[in-house]
Amino acid sequence: MMFLIRGGLLIDPSVRLNEPKDILIENGRIKAVDRPGSFDHLILTMPIRVLNANRKVVAPGFFDVHVHLREPGLEYKETIESGTTAAIRGGFTSVACMANTLPVNDNAITTRYILEKAREAGNARVFPIGAVTKGLKGEELAEIGMMIEAGVRALSDDGMPVMNSALMRKAMEYAATFDVPIISHAEDLNLSQGAPMNEGAVSALLGYRGNPAASEEIMVAREIALARLTGARVHIAHISTREGVDLVRRAKEAGLDVTAEVTPHHLVMSDRLLMECNHGCSHRHARADYKMAPPLRSPDHQEALIQALNDGVIDMVASDHAPHGCVDKETEFELAANGILGLQTTVPILMGLVMQNKLSAERMIESLSTAPGKLFSHRVSLVEGAVADLTILDFERDWKLTVADLASKSQNSPFLERKFKGGAIATMVAGELKWSTAEMEE
Amino acid sequence: MQNLITVRELNEAQLRKILTLSFEIKKNPQNYSQTLRGKSVLQFFVENSTRTRMSFETAVRKLGGTNIGFAGSASSMSKGETLFDTLDTIRQYGVDAVVMRHSSGGAIDWVSRSCGLPAINAGDGQHEHPTQALLDAFTLLEYWGLSPEHSQPMKGKKILIVGDILHSRVARSNIQSLTKLGADVVLVAPKTLLPNDLGLFPKLKVLNRWDDEEGKQVLADADAVMMLRLQLERQKGAFFPSFSEYRHFWGLTRERLSLLKPKAVILHPGPINRGVEIDPEAADSPQSLILKQVENGVWVRMAALVEVLS
Repeated sequence: MMFLIRGGLLIDPSVRLNEPKDILIENGRIKAVDRPGSFDHLILTMPIRVLNANRKVVAPGFFDVHVHLREPGLEYKETIESGTTAAIRGGFTSVACMANTLPVNDNAITTRYILEKAREAGNARVFPIGAVTKGLKGEELAEIGMMIEAGVRALSDDGMPVMNSALMRKAMEYAATFDVPIISHAEDLNLSQGAPMNEGAVSALLGYRGNPAASEEIMVAREIALARLTGARVHIAHISTREGVDLVRRAKEAGLDVTAEVTPHHLVMSDRLLMECNHGCSHRHARADYKMAPPLRSPDHQEALIQALNDGVIDMVASDHAPHGCVDKETEFELAANGILGLQTTVPILMGLVMQNKLSAERMIESLSTAPGKLFSHRVSLVEGAVADLTILDFERDWKLTVADLASKSQNSPFLERKFKGGAIATMVAGELKWSTAEMEE
Repeated sequence: MQNLITVRELNEAQLRKILTLSFEIKKNPQNYSQTLRGKSVLQFFVENSTRTRMSFETAVRKLGGTNIGFAGSASSMSKGETLFDTLDTIRQYGVDAVVMRHSSGGAIDWVSRSCGLPAINAGDGQHEHPTQALLDAFTLLEYWGLSPEHSQPMKGKKILIVGDILHSRVARSNIQSLTKLGADVVLVAPKTLLPNDLGLFPKLKVLNRWDDEEGKQVLADADAVMMLRLQLERQKGAFFPSFSEYRHFWGLTRERLSLLKPKAVILHPGPINRGVEIDPEAADSPQSLILKQVENGVWVRMAALVEVLS
């Protein structure tokens, strides 16, 4: 099938492209990019499906480097099929899924299983992240080389961070041997002690134990020190503190291969919501819907994160899509599972920041496509010959997120019933239109 | 008022209204002996309690109501039943209101919103214990001969809250109520037993030391000293080196007792750790209102029940 995307504004910061152009797609690749109307003469002579991108933005396909697809083992929360459906509806052409499944993705067999399920689902591309240590236990290295052979392109123990620095050093050296990055959920577990929220004025008032910003700062500093020692590529997951950002800035200035991601919820929400969320809220798990790790921080951190995303100190945005069933969330706050859905809200939240002039459209697109693609060695771009992974955005779309919109098997989103302006309206993977709203068809 | 969950969310007028009713009930209890006739109150205690539970049960009986008891430790909850399923099950016996204690902060708020029953917080985690704050305020007003019918009845009074503020729901509720009633509140605690950011609390004076000149002066100026129980069951890790060191720096010892104004009073929510946060000489001194607090607990809990069920 040949596609012509007509009338759109193309934005691809990786090649400094920001102008109205039409795109012709054939055999999974971008065949040609030229000024508007250039390909109109082909419509009558060839079988071409035309997508009307008038007043829309066409971007390189978005890549979410931090999701939990829960399969194998936790299919009541999400499956690879449902999670990748959420991805394409949210504008993502690729996702990287964390290793905390049952069994853990710490071996090539599980990696191959995930890739096979992703192929069957046929939605977004799936990049499995391999465990750093066997069973995420932080005791001995997982079969990293075999997993890489099976298709793994990054390693992480995510929410079960490796606390033993000697082991992390070995992990980095071994990962560097295969030139894959290690993704670190930077949390000093001895300091955070399983606290359910950020430590600060709100935790003091509500009487919850607090996870201080220092627990992230300490581990970001350790990872950077070990990156310096080993020469490994290190990626800091869901950075949430001003001090963590400062450390990443200095590591970059020192020339280390350190990157960082931020979640949309840490950009737009603070721990103040935990104080307010129960008011006027009818559904059962109001406060637990704001519980995640790292926790929502105080508003001053939020400002530093937005600034750092603009500066490029924070390279990319990732959703940390973490589906949980109601049994995981409808419980005492301290016992409730960490994490919220993110695949279908990340793009609209960022587009909201663009429209509030807090983030440039170029930075937004770069942080969702070029930067994550680079981390996973999957180049996405709007140039002739490139793989046709692309996302089409509508900044004028008014809509409200309802349960019916969610492709996910879970509903743990604090953004349910939220009104949004802007969102993805079409997602194309390797030249196949995976999802689009009706208005796209011409 | 359908619920009594936090003091933080009450305004001064609501606080004074419950206190006024408490005084009225203490004066004329016979007028309220049938108020809860035909009503059942679920005593839903998902954390150990002796005095609060007995106090609430006594309050219900004095109002002519019936108690339905539930103790979490002996329950099916340890078999994995969720809080909701447990509550939904018990409700089928016929319940008009819930008095709830739980080890998790916010659990009562969340339960009351979803079950729709009138609810009274009998202590939720380290969050709040509103009836304790009410009985403390009642006891102080009664002792001072002040009326809750006047605004800012505690204006000019200096009240120390000493000890384990960090883990104390009693302190969180008392800070809110005493400041709303006009008192000047001073917290005295080592940094390990204080939240590190009190920015969202009402204006407070905070002292870390009680043994220096400023600490001694604050004690000598106090109209009331509220000693907190060391919450040994909530403490994860080392907050102080030893009981004897704790007593030396932050205990209400015989020596500190002698610094108190003769008219100053001592409160403690109980149960007391004698010889740790309070010496027996202080707990049993004529200046101690500890047993008065226990008695008054029944009157304010009756008032709270009347408030939420009327």
